[in-house]
Order: sequence, then C-alpha cells, then structure tokens
Amino acid sequence: MRVDGKGFVNRAKAVSFSFDGKTYQGFEGDTLASALLANDVRLVARSFKYHRPRGILTAGSEEPNALVTIGQGAQAEPNMRATVQEIYDGLVAKPQNAWPSLAFDAMGINDWFAPFLSAGFYYKTFMWPRKFWEGLYEPIIRNAAGLGALSGQTNPDRYEKAFAHCDVLVIGAGPAGLMAALTAARAGALVILADETPQMGGRLLAETHEVGGKACHAWAADMVAELQGMDNVRLMTRTTVTGAYDQGTFGALEKVGHHIADRDDDLPLECFWRITAKRAVMCSGALERPIAFPMNDRPGIMTAGAVRTYLNRYGVAAGKKVAIFGNNDDAHRTARDLAASGVEISAYIDSREGVALDGDFPVYAGCQVTGTEGRLGLENITVRKGTTDLMVSADCLAMSGGWNPSVHLMCHMNGRPKWDEAIQSFVPVDGMIPGMVAAGSAKGVMDTGGCLRSGAQAAIEALGAIGLDAQMPDIPQAEDDAYVISPLWMVDLGGKAKHRAWLDFQNDVTTKDIKLAAQENFKSVEHMKRYTTQGMATDQGKNSNVAALAILADATGRTIPETGTTTFRPPYAPVSIASMGAGSQGKGFAPERFTTSHLATLQRRAPMIEAGLWYRPSYFPQAGETTWRESCDREVNMVRSTVGVCDVSTLGKIDIQGPDAAAFLDFVYANTFSTLKIGKVRYGLMLREDGHVMDDGTTARMGENHYVMTTTTAAAGQVMKHLEFVAQCLKPEMDVRFISVTEQWAQFAVAGPKARDLLNLVLDAAIDDETMPYMSCADVQVAGVGGRLFRISFSGEHAYEVAVPARYGDSLFRLLCAQAEAMDGGPYGMEALNVLRIEKGFITHAEIHGRVTAFDIGFDRMVSRKKDCVGQTMSGREGLHGDYREQLVGLKPLNGQQALLAGAHVFDVADEAVRVNDRGYITSVGYSPTLGSYLGLGFVQNGRARHGERVKMVDHLRKAEVICEICDPVFFDPEGGRLRG
Amino acid sequence: MVKLVAQTPCHGLLPISLGDISLTEVTPQAIFSYAPFAGQTRGASEALKTHHGVAMPRPGRVATKEDVTAMWFGQDQVLVLGARADAGLATFGAVTDQSDAWAIVELHGAATLDILARLTPVDVAAMRTNDTARSLIQHMSASLTRLAEDRFQLVVMRSMARTLVHDLTMAATGLAARQKIIQE
Repeated sequence: MRVDGKGFVNRAKAVSFSFDGKTYQGFEGDTLASALLANDVRLVARSFKYHRPRGILTAGSEEPNALVTIGQGAQAEPNMRATVQEIYDGLVAKPQNAWPSLAFDAMGINDWFAPFLSAGFYYKTFMWPRKFWEGLYEPIIRNAAGLGALSGQTNPDRYEKAFAHCDVLVIGAGPAGLMAALTAARAGALVILADETPQMGGRLLAETHEVGGKACHAWAADMVAELQGMDNVRLMTRTTVTGAYDQGTFGALEKVGHHIADRDDDLPLECFWRITAKRAVMCSGALERPIAFPMNDRPGIMTAGAVRTYLNRYGVAAGKKVAIFGNNDDAHRTARDLAASGVEISAYIDSREGVALDGDFPVYAGCQVTGTEGRLGLENITVRKGTTDLMVSADCLAMSGGWNPSVHLMCHMNGRPKWDEAIQSFVPVDGMIPGMVAAGSAKGVMDTGGCLRSGAQAAIEALGAIGLDAQMPDIPQAEDDAYVISPLWMVDLGGKAKHRAWLDFQNDVTTKDIKLAAQENFKSVEHMKRYTTQGMATDQGKNSNVAALAILADATGRTIPETGTTTFRPPYAPVSIASMGAGSQGKGFAPERFTTSHLATLQRRAPMIEAGLWYRPSYFPQAGETTWRESCDREVNMVRSTVGVCDVSTLGKIDIQGPDAAAFLDFVYANTFSTLKIGKVRYGLMLREDGHVMDDGTTARMGENHYVMTTTTAAAGQVMKHLEFVAQCLKPEMDVRFISVTEQWAQFAVAGPKARDLLNLVLDAAIDDETMPYMSCADVQVAGVGGRLFRISFSGEHAYEVAVPARYGDSLFRLLCAQAEAMDGGPYGMEALNVLRIEKGFITHAEIHGRVTAFDIGFDRMVSRKKDCVGQTMSGREGLHGDYREQLVGLKPLNGQQALLAGAHVFDVADEAVRVNDRGYITSVGYSPTLGSYLGLGFVQNGRARHGERVKMVDHLRKAEVICEICDPVFFDPEGGRLRG
Repeated sequence: MVKLVAQTPCHGLLPISLGDISLTEVTPQAIFSYAPFAGQTRGASEALKTHHGVAMPRPGRVATKEDVTAMWFGQDQVLVLGARADAGLATFGAVTDQSDAWAIVELHGAATLDILARLTPVDVAAMRTNDTARSLIQHMSASLTRLAEDRFQLVVMRSMARTLVHDLTMAATGLAARQKIIQE
C-alpha cells in the first residue's frame, strides 16, 4: 500500500500495467516490484524446483524470486527481475513456472515430495536404466523445473554495442561512488560514473538520515547535478558493470529501451559497452543477506533494507503489519522509518540479548523466528524466547542477517576476498584487479560518513596512479553509527526441525541440503555448490553464498575463512546473448564483399553463392532453362567451343617488391621463382610450416624486383598473414615490401577457342601467340585504360585473365559479355568453372583442405631441394610419403550417368563398406557435358599406382553406391594442346 | 572505339544525410602506397617532399600539402592520396597503385564521435586533428582519420563499401532513436 508523503515516484503521472492478466496502476518511477507491492500483490512467482509460492525478496538486481516475462510475442523476454523493471504504460508482465495459475500451480505437488528431492536427488534416483536418462528422465525434469521460456521466434529487437574510454571509471553511484566521481572530476580526469538504476544515489535514495545538513537524497541530487554540469564526466544510468577484464577493460550492460512504451524500431533495447579505464573505483555497495529460519520463503518475507527502500524511495509499505527480525543494528532503521511513517510494527525480534529500541512496538530481544504460516502469503510468525513459543500476526517480515560487501567484480580475475570478523563478511583485498580499488560498503565500510571519505580517498589513490593531483574534498557531515552485528546464519531447532529453511531461494536450496552435502563428503565449497546447485542460478548466489558456506563451515568443523568462497565470474548480473552479439544479427554477422560486376550479374538473374565473404554467380540462366544443370552444361560447352567470361577478381592479389623479392618468393613457395623471366607467369605451391599444402596460385614477374602473386579466394587473408609472418619473424633481414592489390584490379577470365578474338576487340593493340604466349603477362591498354593481361588458364582452354582498375570493372564486364555473346559465347558462373577445372584435374581447396601434402597431390617434385623453403624439411617427414598415403586420383563411374557424391568414401569392390576398409574419399564432383559422364576427384590409398582399377563409392548418409574406375585426375586434353593453341 | 566508364566505390550508395549527420564519398584523383625499402626511410621522405610536397608522416599521423595527403597506413607504409606517384620515388621504396582499392567516406556531424564509438574500439575522442589509426569498423579492417572536430575520414576495402554504409547508418539511426527518448 502507498504511504502518503513518502518516496520519489511521480504521483502526478499514473501508469497502467498488467500482471498475470490483471490491470494495475502504478506511478512513473515505480519498478514492477514497487508497483505490485503498492497494489498489495505479494505472490509473484513459483520457485524453481518445489514450485513454492514466492514473493519479492529484495529491491535490487540480486532478486532471486520475482522473475517475470515482460512483453508479448516474439519480443517476450523471460526471467526479467521485477525489482529492476521500470513500469511504463501498457507493460505486460506474466508470471513463470506456474500452471494453470500462479495461485494454483499443479506442479506445486513437487513440494509434497520434497523429502525425495533433496540435494543430488537426480544423481541417485535416475541412475538406471541408463538409457532412460536422455529420453525420459531429463525431459520430465526439465519440464517440471525451470524458469521462463523463450518465444522460439526470431527476436526483432535491435541491440547495440559501444566502446567508451576514460581515466577513472566509478562503478556504483551511492555515497562512496558519488564522492569518488566528484573528487576525480574536480581533478580534471575523464570520469565515467555507472549505476544500475535509473536514478543515481544508491542507498541515499533509500534512507532518511542527513548528509551535509540536508536529507541524504537531496544531497545526492545536488552531487549528481554538479557532475552533470561537468564536461569531463559521463553519467551512465541503467548501466551495470558486469565484468572486469584484462588491462582495465570492463563490460557493462546498459538498458536502453526496457522502460519505454511503444519503442521506436530503431531504438536499441540494450547496449553492451566495453569500457577501457586507466583506473577504476569499485563502489558497488553491499547486499543484505536473509536469515535461514524455518519456512522463511513465504511471500511477504523480505530483506529489511528492501522494506526500507520500498518505503523511502517508492512510498510503499510492504505490509500493513510488519514484523522485523535481525541480528544487527542496521535493521533498527527499518523499524524507525516504518514507525515514523505510521506503519504498524507487530514485533521487533533481535537475536541478540539486551538490545533496546525505542518505539511504540513490542521488542523481543534474544529471540528468534522459528516458523511462519500463510499458504500464499505470510499471515503469522512464531517467535521463540527460551522455550516459549509466541504467535505474532504479520503480513510482512523484514529480516536482516547483516550485509555482504559486493566483492564480485574484484574476484573476476580469480582473486580471493578475505574474511572480516568485525562485519562477519568477506571484503576485497588490495590488488585483486590491477588498477581497481574498492571504496565504501563494497570495502566493508558500513557508515555513510565512512563511505563518503572512503570514496574520496580511493579516487585520490586512483588519480595519483595516473599522475593527477587531487585535493581531499570536504567530507560532509553524515551518520557514522557503528554497525554492530552478531552472527546468525540459521535458526537451529536441533534435530527436531520439521520445516525447511531456505538459503538459495532461486534454486530451492535449504540448510538441510548443505548439511547433506557435507555428510556425503562434498566438503569443499566448490563441491558443495555443484552438488546442491547453491549459487548456480541467475542471482549467482548473491543472497545465499556467505550463509551457505557459513553453514558448511559449521557442518565440517572448519572456520569460515578456512572454508572459503566459491569463484565469482562475469557477468555480475544477467546479460543477454543478443547484446553481446549486437550488430551481428542476420547479415550483420560478417561484411559482404561485392565484385564490380555484381549489379550486372544480378541483372542477368544469376543466383549468387557465398565464397568466403564474397558473392559470386552460381550460373547465368537463359530463357527456357529450368534447372541449374542445364545452364551449367551450356556454359561449359560454351567455353569449350567459343568463349566465356568470368569475374575472378575475388582471387587474392599481392603486389611484392624489393631487392629481395625473388629470394623471398623462393622461400615462401615450394618451387622456384627467382628463375622466372620478366613478363612470365608460373604456378606456385605454398606449404605450411608443418609441410602440408597451404595454398596455390600463379605469380607473375612484372620487373626485376616486382612480382604479383595470386592466391585462392578462400586463402587470400591467410596467405597475406603468412607473408607478414615470414617477413617479420622468419626472414626479417630480407628487404621486401608487399601490399594487397586484390581490390585495386577488376579481373576477368576470358576462356575458350575464341578468347583471343574477343580480347582483340577490346585491346588497343592486338595480341598473338608470339607477343602473348602461354604463361606470359604484360601491361596492356584496354579500351584506352591501362590494364594487365595474363595468359593463364583454369579451364584448360586457350585463356587469359585481363585486369583493369576496379572503377572500370562494371563497364569492362558488360563490354566483354556483350562482345562474347556476339560470338556465341557469354558469361559463366562458379558451377561451370568447377566442372571445367575438374575435367582438367585442377585442384581447389576442396582438395588442398589442410591435411594433404605435395606428395599426395602428385606435386612432390615441385618441392625444390635446391633451396630452403617454408615446410620443406617437415614435408620430408616419415609418414608423409608412400603407398599408404591417400593420393589424388580421378574417379569415373562405369555408368557415366550415375552421380558421384562429394564426401562419399571409397572402398575396394569386394570389401564391406565399413570404416576399417576405407580406402579414401571424394572431394569434388561434377557432370562433364564434354565427356558425357560424371567425374570426380578424390584421394585413394596408393591411388597413383591403381589407375584402371575398379572401386566402389559408398555414401552412407545419402545411401548411394556407385562402381567407379580410378584414373588420372586429368580427364580432358591431357597433352594441354588447347591451352597453348 | 569502345570506351570504359568509371564508377566510384560508393556508386549508388552515397551521399546520405541522417539528421545532422552526413556521409559523403571522397574520390581523390589517385592513390598510391609507398613503403620505403630497408634503410631508405629518409630518402623516401625527401623524395616524397621533393615530388609531392609532403614528407613521410610519423606513425599515426597525416601530412597534407594542398591536394596531396600522406597518411600513415601501417608498419613502414604510407598511403598518398591525391597524386600519381612520381617515378623518382621508386628508388627508395615500393610504389603501388591503390587508386581503386579503397572506399573512402567522410563522416560529418555533431554525432560523429558517438557513431564511431559504436563501431570501433579506437578512442576516437582522444584523436587530434590529423591523427590516423588502423583498426576495425564493426567487422571490417579500416583506417580512421580525424579531419576536424566533427569530421572523420573512414577507409575500408572497396568491396565492403555497402557494408560500411550499412553499419554507419545503423549506428546513426540507433543514436537518433536514443536522442528522441532523451528529448521526450
């Protein structure tokens, strides 16, 4: 219920939202949790395992219970915490893990079976029969347990990623954070101040004491205003710093659109920031821990600090009759604030003897809460003093077991916090994250005055480290009450306890489970965590970690520091995968590379295929052609009979110059290039250092110290990287320079008997066999433009590649196609290119796939022994030569119309087609219209010695078996007469 | 006699205006790379100065004289924009024509830094005028140069022009939508 005169929500602006199908009113500035509490809705969720009714436990991002699904349809987002979700007009929230309804959940039956569902139950219960696990047990368990579900549809929301840089990153904008940011900003540092919530101030917005003579929230507002007015400060609200990484890099998730009704399609829902900071100050505050007493999980039972937050920040009383149970003086504030606001306090229970508290309510010192009642919400609690039980009526119980500094970020590089006996908590140790210091309650400073001082000191330390002088600012007067606490981890009723006491609300882990783990010898805290699942839910154990290990310590007879903590890892709070992959949805996954002929190719209705990042035409359909094969066969015949044009600009081209260019090429290529004459082109084979084939291509010598290397499309980047490696690391003494010219030139293959006739139509000076013999290159003028001509062939035909500066690519492609068509030729695509090269036995990366050697592909003699080269020594290793190697062969089906399949395996005809009889595999196939038969390239054991023998191709996946003949990989024109023709 | 028609890398893509942000294509008359041979850096710099008016810039910097800009482009490598290489340069280093290899876009407007902060890990705000960097723009290898307070030159491979325009547009429209909720 709302309390008049309290809180900072905008009461002038009502907001309508729905939860569980019912419409409610809240105010601008409410979270879903505060608005539900204002409407007296206490039951908001069902628990993970036992489907127990649950309410709101906290007022922050650590919330383990109040998880809901926000939004509808494809945009529905599960597991959103009601305590951080701001409401907006039209917000639709749905409860999760409950059927048919939240109030009556059929799976609540799990709770009756709780004695059988203790820690590790499924390791014990579902062991046999083993094969039942995947098919039966696991689906049932997954269905019964769990949180919200994804919509299963493509997420239409937009996500963003961004980078930020600063001198000092301040994490958290409570008293310490504000003071740290202000100190750093006044010293002139570039400051980023990030806070999870929409409004900066942290606990100062939830408390009622004074800072510097004014209400603490007003002081916070003044500080924020000052920071806002400074150019060197960036305030990031709704931004959770989720991880601390190497060298001052931090991950942070900003919620951009979660609080907006009717979002613009362009508005990112979230932004994932990578913040690089010279120094960081962690002011992440502290989280209050619950107390494990019997049946402590009913809706209405919350942390005492959360009750104060709802009252002071949102103007909401979490109950009409509130009981308070604590072991420390901080909980007194909840009583004071509630009493001052006129909320009835039915009992103040303090586990410590002799605690006195002024107020118009009963105080039970030296007492404990030993039980609760109320099926869907708290109604009564049992208070025990000595041996006497007392029933107290309450619809809300505010509990406080003390505060845990939020040390999580400090632990992200595997540092371990240390135990502080005085505050009964773990605190950070210096140097856990290089360049980051902790301040305020995150460091274990529990009074506001101390936090302000600590924030300023941490900032001065950070500034000093980056050479900035800073003055210690005046620290405003603030409360410096001592934080007095006496440990109380669980209410122990001895062996008689009938009822469970929850530790990890989200994963339904009770004190009994921890003791069971210890009893079954899962005594290490890491083992206990995994056995019980404590701390493994989305809250990552923020509410339960310290209490669980305190109980484990007790059960194993060790101290808490001896027991230690589990490892905190990023992210600090849940981060959507979509935000981390921002910008990479759909086509954003990778850049698209388009050739200069792309538009002209699309205009010819050619279907495109992806080759690496490039788009290349599959084939060029003509009127009347109904299948790709018809187009492909026609294009192959066209190249063999007249002339074809194909864009080959995607092949890597590297310009290599320098006094040592020739020596450098001799070293990176297996064969020799220093002997190549100027104006000539040579095929080259490149090995990896392990002696296997890396890439192949042709390299032309343009001048004494000038070469142009071509690589395959697929390996262009890899080869460039390899050359850089060789030049920088292996042969730094060689004077050679290189740069990619792949994009500088648009290059087209012109292939077929009429190739020269076609070229002579566009070249300014006609060529003939004498001026342009096979494997030559020259600078030429193409329609008045300076270009290059290479007489090389990947089709086995009389062919050339002509290159012009890329700006003329579109124009030249259109011109070549038009002229070719006038000669009964035309463009051809990748399918025809593939068939043409298979007919000739030319290899691609289908063959040189990374596991083959020069010996395997029959190029062993190309690995020159007259000079050293990358991979030479290793290619001579034992095991890389011999008749047991699978060697490149051609494969031809006996019945030419029977299709061969790439990826199929090869077996001897008489052998059974099983693994141990495997003799090889097929890498490339195509139908050759030239030879009227399917053809394949593949690798067969001792294949070169087996030409003429029959083998069978078996494809177990596609269920095919074809008898083939092993033959030479060069099926067509083995003498090469057409090339030179 | 047939004649070839030239097309720029961003043909059909630019210019674009989004609010106060403008994206325009830059098409220098010619571009070449210049990489001094071992021990020839000084000679190369002098040759560049003699023939084109600009000396070799230091790493991360750009030098401009009239229409010619020499831009650091990587280890021992500069890109010279706005001129055809004089034959005198080749004595001291490798000259390679790059006139058609790059898509060059100028990003201009008040949101320039914010847009780039969404696409590149480089601290663009810390760059001074005539600072240049090789880094990433989204997934693309790129060169970024600060031309003025609110003006950057971005260079990616020619074939990726469309992706560059797409990525810049996405960042700009996302930012514009953010601006709208702040104003509301």
